[in-house]
Amino acid sequence: MSAMAILSIFVLAIFVGFEVVSKVSSTLHTPLMSGANAIHGVILVGAIIVADHSETNLELGLAIAAIILATINMVGGFVVTDRMLEMFKGNKK
Amino acid sequence: MSRTLYDLIGLAAGVAFILALKGLSHPKTARRGNLIGAFGATLATLVVFFYANPGSSLPLNHLGLILGAMAIGLLIGVPAARKVQMTQMPQLVALFNGVGGGAAALVAIVEYLHLGAGATTAEVIFTVFTVIVGCVSFSGSVITFMKLQELMTTRPVIFPAGRFVIAGTLVAVIGVGGWVVNALGTAPLLILAALSLLFGVLFVLPVGGADVPIVISLLNAFTGLTVAASGYVLDSVLLIIAGTLVGASGTILTRKMAEAMGRSLFGTLFGAFTAKAQDATGAAEERPVKSGSPDDVAILLNYARRVVIVPGFGLAVAQAQHTVRELADLMISKGIDVAYGIHPVAGRMPGHMNVLLAEANVPYDQLLEMDEVNPTFGQTDVAIVIGANDVVNPAAQTTPGCPIYGMPILEVNHAANIIFLKRSMRPGFAGIENELLYDPKTMLLFGDAKASLTKVVSALKAL
Repeated sequence: MSAMAILSIFVLAIFVGFEVVSKVSSTLHTPLMSGANAIHGVILVGAIIVADHSETNLELGLAIAAIILATINMVGGFVVTDRMLEMFKGNKK
Repeated sequence: MSRTLYDLIGLAAGVAFILALKGLSHPKTARRGNLIGAFGATLATLVVFFYANPGSSLPLNHLGLILGAMAIGLLIGVPAARKVQMTQMPQLVALFNGVGGGAAALVAIVEYLHLGAGATTAEVIFTVFTVIVGCVSFSGSVITFMKLQELMTTRPVIFPAGRFVIAGTLVAVIGVGGWVVNALGTAPLLILAALSLLFGVLFVLPVGGADVPIVISLLNAFTGLTVAASGYVLDSVLLIIAGTLVGASGTILTRKMAEAMGRSLFGTLFGAFTAKAQDATGAAEERPVKSGSPDDVAILLNYARRVVIVPGFGLAVAQAQHTVRELADLMISKGIDVAYGIHPVAGRMPGHMNVLLAEANVPYDQLLEMDEVNPTFGQTDVAIVIGANDVVNPAAQTTPGCPIYGMPILEVNHAANIIFLKRSMRPGFAGIENELLYDPKTMLLFGDAKASLTKVVSALKAL
């Protein structure tokens, strides 16, 4: 992909990122941080790609370690966020 | 699967992440938002198994190992997230963030080894960035975890000439980074990783306990940026979008948290470079305090018209959220006006208390935010401070130079009577003496918050 296209995606994503969380109340700071934390667990996709094309044992070993860590980040992140938010349900009287 | 379909599904996952962050910003849609995010992440992960990258073929090489590694990750991550106590949730989030940063750094190192001399300068620069920031995020998060878990001191750790050591390490990191860009090689990259890990430790050590949540949020944003940078190297639009979203929203969130705590973001970030040893401990003086029995507290409450409960980390530690609700319900049945005063950063993280009290089914409308509750302390007969200290410490308003000066506080000092439920006279997380404990209108009830509250409840029932 061209450098210009990547730069455009990057800049637009920055503005979207700013915009979507601009009105969050302090009550939700922790769950929001935790949810965003889980989203960057998608580095798992990158870890799988590099594991696929790794050629030496060193590359493969590091890639496998990356997959383990990324899976913990992603899955654990979403589960713990859900547990936090679960406690908010049914209280909006 | 064609490249077009693969990219379209990646785009769908990117949209899901935007909707997830949007949903997480509002109480009503928060849980759904998180599920949309999980859906997007699952989709993005599944699709990788059905697309052969150029020069590769399906099924993926090392498929068994990849699936096995994911299974190990699941077996560690899910139970940790399910079993963690509410009190320990902040440090778990810190740890999850750290491993994410570590994963991004590892991915960058593997890709660097793989590309070898074939890497373009741009790719090497982004790799260097990912390795530096990913390693800082990893080791920094481990230190925040240790601080929150109280495996090490929660006070700022400042050593002689610390700022020169930290600045020197940073210069070394940047220098070695430049070296890697100019002279390709595995050894320089590994030296860079080691130096970055060291810098992450040095960067977080001088941060005081109360500022730790801000640092976690900042490191979270850092990890997002590393994911975006590895997306460039791996030619994955999805990683660029997801990483940038987290980086941008994380930056805003960090600033908002800092505002809620009355800290300047700059001061927190560069505290490492400006920190001086503070005489925060003060003289360990033996001053008279007034301590009472559960019966005294019950009598005081029985004749109150309005009571405000101020929960803090001690409530979380003692798991006393159900008992405090029992006490509140009992007072309400006696016709007493009861509200909870929630400081935005009470506990270890913003929103910590809301989550905890929601778990005990405390009605939403009884939870008052700081701006709502502060003007009412003048008409409050009793303020019960349960395991909180720094968030009610008037030193934040009266003592320039103390570590929490400028942080907005709950002004319980305006209430007619103050009851502190404390384990001991030990100062709070920020390590500052609280004058309010010695105030004549203050009564202290020592002991575990849950045990104390249970005794107060039975004493109040007997009246």
